[in-house]
Amino acid sequence: MKILLNNREEEFPQETISVSELIKVKKFSFRMRIFKINNVLISKEKYDSTFILDGDNVQMLYLMSGG
Amino acid sequence: MRFSEIKNHLGRFRVGIAGAGGLGSNCAVALARSGIGTIVIADFDIIEEQNLNRQYYFSDQVGMMKTAALKENLSGINPGTNVVAHQKKLDESNITEIFSGCDIIVEAFDSAEMKEMLIETVQTRMPGIPLVVASGLAGWGKNDTIRCRKIDDTLYICGDESSDVTDDLPPMAPRVGIVANMQANVVVEILMGKNKSQ
Repeated sequence: MKILLNNREEEFPQETISVSELIKVKKFSFRMRIFKINNVLISKEKYDSTFILDGDNVQMLYLMSGG
Repeated sequence: MRFSEIKNHLGRFRVGIAGAGGLGSNCAVALARSGIGTIVIADFDIIEEQNLNRQYYFSDQVGMMKTAALKENLSGINPGTNVVAHQKKLDESNITEIFSGCDIIVEAFDSAEMKEMLIETVQTRMPGIPLVVASGLAGWGKNDTIRCRKIDDTLYICGDESSDVTDDLPPMAPRVGIVANMQANVVVEILMGKNKSQ
């Protein structure tokens, strides 16, 4: 499948992967983050049960402390 | 467009600011100077000496509530901006009520956990309301790493998205000010593209 990850096209051999799997594959190690798929926020509890499909627009941002 | 017209347009809007620390106080000042009609600020903290390295407060305000001091400072800058101050710690249960009626919300917290809580609450419970978040402003220098990214119509992120505050990388006035003003700039940009009857 091909997805848009932070506005860049990325290709994966799988037909679908969960958000948790994406985090592992892409080595998104920093714990504080926000995921949106097709403009819908995915809460942490749903990372295992939310699957990313071909053509999805996935946005991930890290939340750094400080203000 | 002349500034008087811009100010007149921005005077019709209400902006919420979650947190009155380095980001919130500086962002509020830029928005008041720009002529935003109403600024709703929420914070529970008092001003400490160490806050003066980046927050828009004065040494004789140390010990005051941040919300009260900011209201005072903003009215000194632009008495035309109405400031609604909530001396409260924001959580999932009060955010929608405190910021109800706001056209846009600025995330100006210190801790990443609070940022996450605000984003989840606003994005799920206040659909359609744009949220301007800050992430990554610790330290000094590296001007070229600070940017603004539009995730979608309701989520914008300002900062370098990588520098976390540590003992050796504290938040300082220049970078915090850049990001706070960048957030204010996003607010102005969004509101200038919006119509609202008086």
